[in-house]
Amino acid sequence: MADVSTEVAGIKLRNPTMLASGFLDETGGTLLRVFKAGAGAVVTKSIGPEPRAGYDNPTIVELEGGMLNSMGLPNPGIEAFGSEAKIALDGGAVVVGSVFGKDPDEYAAVAKTLAGYGVHGIELNLSCPHAKGLGTEIAQIPEAVREFTAAVKAKVGVPVMPKLSPNVSNIADFAQAAEDGGADAVVAINTLRAMAIAPELRMPILANKYGGLSGPAIRPVGVRCVYEIHEAVDVPIVGVGGVETGRDALEYIMAGASAVQIGTALATRGLSVFADVTAEIAAFLEAQKVKHLADLVGAAHG
Amino acid sequence: MGRLEIAPIVEVVREVHHTSTFRFRASFDGKPGQFVMVWIPGRDEVPMALSYLGELKGITVRAYGEATKALMGFKPGDLIGVRGPYGNTFRLEGKRVLCVAGGVGIASLIAPIEAFHEAGAEVSTVLAARTADELIFEERTEAAGEVHLATDDGSRGFHGFAPALAKKVMDAHRFDMVAACGPEAMMKAVVDHCRTKGVPCQASLERFMKCGIGICDACVLDDWLVCRDGPVFTGEQLAESHDFGKFRRDESGRRIPL
Repeated sequence: MADVSTEVAGIKLRNPTMLASGFLDETGGTLLRVFKAGAGAVVTKSIGPEPRAGYDNPTIVELEGGMLNSMGLPNPGIEAFGSEAKIALDGGAVVVGSVFGKDPDEYAAVAKTLAGYGVHGIELNLSCPHAKGLGTEIAQIPEAVREFTAAVKAKVGVPVMPKLSPNVSNIADFAQAAEDGGADAVVAINTLRAMAIAPELRMPILANKYGGLSGPAIRPVGVRCVYEIHEAVDVPIVGVGGVETGRDALEYIMAGASAVQIGTALATRGLSVFADVTAEIAAFLEAQKVKHLADLVGAAHG
Repeated sequence: MGRLEIAPIVEVVREVHHTSTFRFRASFDGKPGQFVMVWIPGRDEVPMALSYLGELKGITVRAYGEATKALMGFKPGDLIGVRGPYGNTFRLEGKRVLCVAGGVGIASLIAPIEAFHEAGAEVSTVLAARTADELIFEERTEAAGEVHLATDDGSRGFHGFAPALAKKVMDAHRFDMVAACGPEAMMKAVVDHCRTKGVPCQASLERFMKCGIGICDACVLDDWLVCRDGPVFTGEQLAESHDFGKFRRDESGRRIPL
């Protein structure tokens, strides 16, 4: 049996599939259910300092190649999330806490509390493409990415991994800024800023008008971004964007990712997607006579 | 995935005060107990049970919040968005079936009632509302079997709540399946009674919903997703639930008492 285990900045994963932030991760029960269904780790909903209802519906638009969403960062707030994190952690899940806020201090404070709950790592949502005034525009300024990362790093002992936006002209600069800020890993990519219009109604469908595109349509963009980041920095990369199959995951891994995150595919393949993708990766390794998945990280770089 | 379809309303039927049925055509099917996400443009998108299946589908809506109140003003030709169908279905098992519907819960249960009847089951329905003039789909339930009416104020039928009448009916007849939809306290009482009597049961639940497709985690009941694992849950599942009849999630995901 091929070895599909992997490691991201010291966080050991039994397989390279992680639940992407924003999916089935607002409550402890579902986080644990996803982990038990086969995910190597689960990333929480982005948690902020206060409870937040998010935007009105419609918050998603289903498309052929994926999905638009504009949830608006709904979350129960860092205080109430404590009992949810406890359920997942007590159940044995490997949990990465995703955080957002309006400034470096808020990010750091939320991350510190999450780390105190016992999460194994911190993901920084620096790149939500549709929530105004919540520090998410910092994804557009490399120096801000460095500053926010450094602020969180100063407060927590667990690995910190900023999630980068693809809505920039050169994502490698942002990965470099994250590394300069002390990031232990980077996550790429967040959704692409996008819109869908109902022609008969002459209006955007999402209540927030703008949303983020995810799913298979963005996979080639994500793979390209991970490839570019791998050329630019030394820290491990977590690849995300349109992974539905083992082959999709292997594209990211060969571009340079040590692990992948899966979200939108939950809608098409259900909760078994984590176990299925892992099995598909294992079958590929066996067929190619590769003993360890880790040997393929960055393999496409020649 | 279920793509959003923009559909003109074909017909509007005022059922009772504050509750109307909207008929529309869509390219997708729907089975008894399934729901659709209905976009009321510029207002909201809300989950609605299919009260009519087949080519000319229907939703039966009670004016409850801002969006559903706005929908009450919609006329034939006005456009809504629909996507679906979503969720599981009522299992059409049982030869002697009792359906218990409270208030607008009949909107979820009427298609299953008709499907049970068409599948050859002997169907009895407890149809309950606050008052006589809030009873919905009386004719359709009668066409599918025996009907026992209940009103909170006694203005028609049994004077009292649906679970009390359901218990009486269950004392008088043997049933091998009970299906319920209505206020959660009502469903809890019905499910508890069925568990006590050892009668299999299923109930269609409601929670605040966003995506409808099992990804966003807004509609959780314990670790189940009402939109994808439900909305229909069995008595066995509900007996294990810590949330059923007690807790729901607010829009931010906080667990709060019902």
